[in-house]
Amino acid sequence: MKILITIHKNEVASRFDLTSEILIAEVDAGEIAGEPRIILLPGTSGEDICGLAIKENISLIICGGIEDTHYQYLKWKKIKVVDGVIGPYEQALKFAIANTLKPGVILPGASIYGEQS
Amino acid sequence: MAKEKTRVFLQSNTSLLRKLDLISLLDSMTLGVLFVDPARRVIAMNRFLEALTGYNREEVVGIHGENIIRSNLLTLGDPVGKALESEKSMTQEGDIINQSRKKIPIRFSVSPLKLITGKKAGAMLILEDISLLKDLDNKIHGFSGKEHIIGQSRKMLEIFELLPIAARTDASVLITGETGTGKDLVAEAIHKASQRSRYPFIKVNCGALPESLLESELFGHVRGAFTGADKDKPGMFRLAHGGTLFLTEIGDLSLPLQVKILTVLDDKEFFPVGGSKKVSVDVRIITATHRDLGKLVKHGKFREDLFYRLNVLRLHLPPLREREEDFRLLLDHFFREIRANLNKKIKGFSDACLTLLSSYNYPGNVRELRNIVEYAVNVCPNETIRPDHLPKALLSMEQASSSSFENQETTDSESMETAMAFPGTMPSSAIPAPGGWGDVERAMIMKALTETGGNRTNTAALLGWSRSKLWRKIIQHGLK
Repeated sequence: MKILITIHKNEVASRFDLTSEILIAEVDAGEIAGEPRIILLPGTSGEDICGLAIKENISLIICGGIEDTHYQYLKWKKIKVVDGVIGPYEQALKFAIANTLKPGVILPGASIYGEQS
Repeated sequence: MAKEKTRVFLQSNTSLLRKLDLISLLDSMTLGVLFVDPARRVIAMNRFLEALTGYNREEVVGIHGENIIRSNLLTLGDPVGKALESEKSMTQEGDIINQSRKKIPIRFSVSPLKLITGKKAGAMLILEDISLLKDLDNKIHGFSGKEHIIGQSRKMLEIFELLPIAARTDASVLITGETGTGKDLVAEAIHKASQRSRYPFIKVNCGALPESLLESELFGHVRGAFTGADKDKPGMFRLAHGGTLFLTEIGDLSLPLQVKILTVLDDKEFFPVGGSKKVSVDVRIITATHRDLGKLVKHGKFREDLFYRLNVLRLHLPPLREREEDFRLLLDHFFREIRANLNKKIKGFSDACLTLLSSYNYPGNVRELRNIVEYAVNVCPNETIRPDHLPKALLSMEQASSSSFENQETTDSESMETAMAFPGTMPSSAIPAPGGWGDVERAMIMKALTETGGNRTNTAALLGWSRSKLWRKIIQHGLK
C-alpha cells in the first residue's frame, strides 16, 4: 500500500490545494518499506496532487482541509482520503499503518505540548 | 477638578472593561473571531467561528490557528505574521476550507493584541463570510464577463473561443470593428477573465482629447509642469497599475504620443509630463479602433513598430449585418431589458415592424439596434410596437417599400427571415439600400459556394446553416 501525506514542515499541511511538499511512503505487512520519499512540488495545485496520486498508484491520502471536488474525484479514482488531520505527519503515518487514523482527528503531537511548526 | 473627575471616571470604566466576559460578548457577533498567541496557537474563538470552521472551541485551544481555520493567508503575504511583527492591522480577502470540505470566501481583518503594559500578546483575526457578496458580484459583473456579450453566430462563437485565450496571457490585444460592435465590452470581458481582474480596468478614449491634454491624462504630470498644473496628477497608466489600460480609438493617437506609448510598452516605465523621475508600471494594454490601422501605417499616420507591438492578438468584431443569426437574439434581449426598466406592458413587435427592422442596414451596429428598441419601447403607448413607433429614419425606409411589406405575412422568426427584403425576390421598390443585409447575405453565399467549389453540404457547413436553409436562401437570392 502506498500512502501520500501532504506536509508542511513537520506537520500535515493544513490545506490540500496549497501544499507544496508531499511525503510518499510504501507500507508492506504493517511496516514502512524503505525510506519514505519527500517530494517538493513545483507549485501549489490540488489538481496536480490528484494527478500525482493516480500516477504513483497511491491507495491512501492523508491531508488537512480539502475541497469536496478534489475529495470526490479521489474517491471516484478509488483512493481513500483521510482529511482534516491535524498534527505531526510521522504520527499520522503511524496511526494510518495501525489503521486507527480517523478523519478530522487532532493528533496528540498537535497540542501545546507537542512540536509546533 | 474636572480633570480629576475624568480620571476617576476612566479608571472605574477601565476596571469594568477588564471584568467583562469578552468571549460571551463576542459570541453575539455574526463574525468569526479568533485570538492567537505570539506562536499563533489558539487562545480563544467565538461561537460564529465554531460554526464557520466546524470545530469546537474547547478542542482547539493550543492548536496552531492555521490548522483550524485552514485559510490561504500564508499565500497572501501572511498578514498574521506581519501583525505579530510590525503590530500593524490589516484587511485581506481570501478563503478557508471548513470541515464540510467547503471553500468559503472570507474577508480577514488581522490586528495585533497588546497588553496594557505594552507587551505583545498575539493577534486577533476577524473572519467575515463574504459568500453572498461574492455571489452578488458574480451576478452583477459576471464571472467571465462574456455573459454580457450576446451572440450565437459563427463569427461571434469564434470571438468567444478567443476570449479565454486572450485572458490567459498578458500580450497586447487589438480589437477592431465598426462603431457599435461591442469593442468596449470585449475589452472589459478580457480584463474580467484575466489574472488582473482584481485590479483596475481603465478606459481612455484617445480620440476625445487634444494631444497635450491626452499626454497628461495618460502619463500624469508634476506640479508646475504647465500653467494650471497646480498639483501632481498620477495619470491613467499609474492608476491602472496591476490592471488593464484600454486605449480606445488608438487610430486617432498623434505620432509623438505613439512614440511615448511604444516606449512604455517596451520599458514599462515613463516620465510624467514635466517630471524628471521615471515611474515604473505593470499594466496590460488593450487597444481598439474602428479605423484600418494597416492603411494608416501605409499612409505614415501610424507607426509600424507600434502597430506590430499592439497587434499581438487581434480580435475583429463583425458588424451586425454579418450576424444575421444574432439579430433576433439581440432584439429580444434589448426589448426585454428596456421593457423591464421602463415597467411597460408591451408584448412585442408587429410583423411589419419586424420585417422593417430586419431589413435595415444598421450602420451603428448593435448600439444602434439598442437605441432603436429603446426609442420604440418609450414611444409605444399600447401592447404592440408598430412601424410608426420606430425612429423616423426607419419610417422613411418603410414608406419606400411599404407596398411590398403589406403583402407579406410573417408569424415567427423563421418566416420573418423569408420575408426580408432581399434583392431578386422583391419588386425593385422594396430593394433595401445598397450594402443592406440582403446584399451581404448574397455575397456570403456566393463566396462560400466559390470556396467549396459549389458543394452545398460544405457550403452549408461553412456558413453554419443546415442544407435546407441554404437551399431556401439560394432560391431566395436567385442563385439556383
